[in-house]
Amino acid sequence: MSNDVFVITDHLDGKFSDISFEMVGKAKELASAFSGQTVAVVVGSGMSANVFASDVTLQIDDPNLTQFNPEAYGNVIEALVKDKSPRLVMFGWTATGMDLAAWLSVRLGKPCIAYGRDLCIENNALVVTSQVYGGKMIADVVPEGDMAIVACLAGSFPAEAGQGSTVATTIISPISLDGLKTKFVEAIKPAGGDVDITAQQKLVSIGRGIGSKDNVELAEELAQKLGATVSSSRPVVDAGWLPRTRQVGKSGLKVKPKLYLMLGISGAPEHLEGMKSAELIIAINTDKKAPIFNVAHYGATADLFEVAEAMLELL
Amino acid sequence: MNIVVAIKHIPSIADDLPVKGNNIDFDSVDFVLNEFDEQSIEQAVLVKEAVGGTVTVVGVDLIGELDSVLHFALAKGADKAVKITADEPGADSHMQAKWLAETIKGMSADIVFTGVQASNDLDGQIGPMIAAYLDIPYIGGVNSVEVADHTAVVNKEFAGGFGAKYAVSLPMVIGVQAASKPPRYAPISKVRQVAQTATIEKVTPSGEVSAGLSFKKMAPPVMTGHAEMIGGSSKEVAAKIVGLLKSKGLA
Repeated sequence: MSNDVFVITDHLDGKFSDISFEMVGKAKELASAFSGQTVAVVVGSGMSANVFASDVTLQIDDPNLTQFNPEAYGNVIEALVKDKSPRLVMFGWTATGMDLAAWLSVRLGKPCIAYGRDLCIENNALVVTSQVYGGKMIADVVPEGDMAIVACLAGSFPAEAGQGSTVATTIISPISLDGLKTKFVEAIKPAGGDVDITAQQKLVSIGRGIGSKDNVELAEELAQKLGATVSSSRPVVDAGWLPRTRQVGKSGLKVKPKLYLMLGISGAPEHLEGMKSAELIIAINTDKKAPIFNVAHYGATADLFEVAEAMLELL
Repeated sequence: MNIVVAIKHIPSIADDLPVKGNNIDFDSVDFVLNEFDEQSIEQAVLVKEAVGGTVTVVGVDLIGELDSVLHFALAKGADKAVKITADEPGADSHMQAKWLAETIKGMSADIVFTGVQASNDLDGQIGPMIAAYLDIPYIGGVNSVEVADHTAVVNKEFAGGFGAKYAVSLPMVIGVQAASKPPRYAPISKVRQVAQTATIEKVTPSGEVSAGLSFKKMAPPVMTGHAEMIGGSSKEVAAKIVGLLKSKGLA
C-alpha cells in the first residue's frame, strides 16, 4: 500500500492526449496531499515519454503494446497496480480508458468512478465529483477502502500543470503477453473526402431534436444561407442521417468555429468536449434545463423548426 | 452462434431528475432503455442474420417494468428474453454486472453485447465488468462486428475519426458505440403482438457485490455561467439571433 497517484496516460496515433497532461497536473496536487508520488504510466512502445511533470514516469515498453489492445493493456496495468498498490489510479474517460477502468475495478475489487470531473481531499477523504445523467446531475462520492480508480472527463483540469520533462524509466512488461485472445489487425485512419468541419468558421450543428433524416435538409438550407456547414452530435450520425465525418464530440472531432449554432442538442459531456471552445455558441432546445444552456453564450427554449424557418425568411 | 445482449434500464434524462437524500429519487423517475443498448441489440441481430444463431436479451428488472423493453427487443429480432427480478431501483453497475454475469455464465454465450456506456454509469459500465467476471476479453467503442471461425473482427472507434480493427477469439464482450447499420424500426403493432405471445424467463439475482462508493451529494450542476436566454415567440427568437449574427459579422 502506497500513497502514490498513478496516471494511466492516454495516447493516440503516437501522441499523448491532453487528458494525460491534465491528469498528471491534478495527480500532483493529490499526491502532495497524500504525501505520495505522482507516477505517470506509459503503456506502449516507442513513445517519447519524457514529457510529464510527474515524480516518476514508468514506461512499459513491449512490441505487443505498440497499438492499444484492451486485453494486453489491461493485463499489464493490473499487474503493475497489484504490485505497487497506489492510493489512486486515474484513467481518461476516453476510448481507451473506458475499456479499462471498470474492468480493473472488478479485477481488483476496488471502487471505480466514471465521468470524473473533479477530485479533492476533504477531511482526509478523497471526494470525487462525477458528471452523470448526461450532464444533468453532479454527484459527489467517496470511494471506500485503500485504493480508488477514477476515469476523468477530458477538459476537466488545466493541461499545463502536467507538462514537464521527467525522464522515463523503461521497464519490461510485468506479465507475459503470450497467448492473447485479442489481436490488433490494423489502424483505421480518419475518412477523407468530405468537408473538414474542424476547418469551418461557422457550423450549424444538429442533435437528436432534428427528429428525422428528412429534417436535415432544413439545417442544410439554414447553413447555406449563413455560409456555414452542417455538423452534428453523435445520435444523428448513429442514426445514419449524416456521415461520421460531421460528428462533433469525444468520439468525433473537436471544433473551434467562430459560430456554433446548435439545433436540438442537449449538451451531454461527450458533445461539450468537442465544441466548448467555440467563440459564439447559440443553442436552441425545447428543454429549458438542457445542460447546453450552462455552456452556450445565447440560448432559447423554442421549437428549432419554427426558429430555423423564421431565420431562413430573414436571411 | 449463441449471442447474448445485456441491457440496462436507466432513469430517463428527458425529464427532471428528482433527488432524495444523496441520490436520485428512483421511485419518482421514468425508466427507459439505455440508448446505446438499442445499438447493441441491432448489432446482435445483424450478427445473427449473418451467421445464424440465437439472440437472448437479458436485463435486470429494477422496477418491475422491464417487460416492455424486452418486448421491444424481441420485436427487433431477438429470440429470447430473460429478466433478473431484483426490485432494486438504485442497483449500481457493479451489482447489475454481477447479476448479469452470473446469469450469462449458464448460457454458454459466444458473444455478449452491451451498450458502450449509460448515462448512469457512475461506477463504470457493465460491459467491461461482465467481461472481468466471466474472464473473457472486452472491447468497447465498437461500430462494426463480423464473425467467422469463432473469431470476431471488430472496429473500435477512437477520437477524431481514428479507429482500429481487432480480431478476437471468442467468447468475448463487446461494448457497442453504434451498430454497423442504423437500428431497424419496430412498428408498435409488432411490439404489441410480441407482448401477447412472448414468454419472458425469470431469474432471481445471484451474488453480492458492492461498488464501494458512499454518496455525499447528488444535485443538478451549479450554474457557473448561463446562456443569455432569448425570449419571445419563435419568430422573435429568430429575429434576435439573426440580428446578433449580423452585428457580429456572422450573417
